Amino acid sequence: MRRVVITGAGTINALAHDVPSTWAAMQAGRCGIAPLDIPDVDRLSVRIGGQVRGWDASAHLDRAVIASSDRFAQFALVAAQQAMAQSALVVGDGLDCGVILGTAGGGLQTSDDSYRAVYAEGKTRVHPLTVPRLMQNAGASHVSMAHGIRGPVFTVSTACASSNHAMGLAFQMVRSGAVRAVLTGGSEAMLCFGGIKAWEGLRVMSANACRPFSRTRDGMVQGEGAAVFVFEERESALARGADILAEVAGFAMTSDAGDLVAPSVDGAARAMRGALLDAGLAPGDVDYINAHGTATAANDRTEAAAIAQVFGASPPPVSATKAMHGHLIGGTGAVELLACLLALREGVIAPTIGFEQPDSDCALDVVPNLARSAKVDVALSNAFAFGGLNAVLALRRAT
Amino acid sequence: MTLHEKIIAIIAEQAVLDVSDVTMDSTVESLGLDSLGLVEAIFAIEEAFDVSIPFNANDPAQSGFDMSSVGAIITAVEGLLAQKAA
Repeated sequence: MRRVVITGAGTINALAHDVPSTWAAMQAGRCGIAPLDIPDVDRLSVRIGGQVRGWDASAHLDRAVIASSDRFAQFALVAAQQAMAQSALVVGDGLDCGVILGTAGGGLQTSDDSYRAVYAEGKTRVHPLTVPRLMQNAGASHVSMAHGIRGPVFTVSTACASSNHAMGLAFQMVRSGAVRAVLTGGSEAMLCFGGIKAWEGLRVMSANACRPFSRTRDGMVQGEGAAVFVFEERESALARGADILAEVAGFAMTSDAGDLVAPSVDGAARAMRGALLDAGLAPGDVDYINAHGTATAANDRTEAAAIAQVFGASPPPVSATKAMHGHLIGGTGAVELLACLLALREGVIAPTIGFEQPDSDCALDVVPNLARSAKVDVALSNAFAFGGLNAVLALRRAT
Repeated sequence: MTLHEKIIAIIAEQAVLDVSDVTMDSTVESLGLDSLGLVEAIFAIEEAFDVSIPFNANDPAQSGFDMSSVGAIITAVEGLLAQKAA
């Protein structure tokens, strides 16, 4: 079977606008969550988020592209640009390359603005490109056009697991030989009034901070941004002398078929076990887990129980980087894969910041507040979505 | 419908029970309301009385709104309405 490696990475998120600066921020345990700067914030009860600051689309994209794209697609485009620059992938006629991106909300900003215009402001007209801006596949399509990629191009939308499902499919398609390379990851731009208001309704958001696995945690905090990677067939990457960031070793997805919102220990545990089996690895081989770690009472307790079920009494270090960049919903797995690359490539485990007090329901080594040096050969990245959908990736250090 | 009756009707509907099965002493647990059912009941009460109930599903005890029994919920809503009128 073909092996799959990562030869490029790009990102824009609340911590930074590229991968090296994001890694530096993760290593420093910096928090990108701050008071939100959006219209009508005074009518929200949640007023913090991991917002991308200093965003200037015109610094990266031309006028026509900006006019035809939502913020979520612009984030995807810029992250893909960076990943392609690092990878130096030769696309050629593009027929054997693909783009598979995750997003939950798609062009939510466009929907929000347009609804505001017609309902609140009583306008009778919306922008002519409203539909092509808001469609969920807009990010993937824009990336395909920017890089001449003409093979399989599509979007995966599975709420908070979207990016992991997207990257898992990309991995499987490269491994099977269906394509040589895929630009994959995810993006989200849900920090608009309607996007936050909808989450408020569930009563699972924190008004203060994201404190995964801490006894004092009181909910999740949203973020926004994107991360995109070049997944490439290993032999062709080696043949062209590409720098290999890590190997994608395994992937598994499971469904709880239980509750629409309450997480399941069994579903999460089966996904972790499945990813290890797919990679030909044993639980004892894993040196680091990037947790889903949303800082809700239910997720963290359930995830800790699932980790205990798979890894027994002495699980590897686990960290939840959402405390730094926020929960990017459909883009979250992609940004969190950066923490896995940091661990595998630089030997740095990003911390779980905002940690105050241990919780006996979450008896894990959560790498509290300070990054840690460690030799990490194998890492897992967890994503568990509403709808009971679980997607876990296993990564191996480049050899 | 009095405030009492209205709140009991909302809770009974969410718990899929007859209003006669919901008493002042009933607790959320004894009515079989799960966290999502509770969130929906709170939303329905907020809509019915135009009040905002401070409730975080992650930490109901810290919400500053007594939900230990149906009677306590009614008292708390009365308190919110009094605040609103003041």
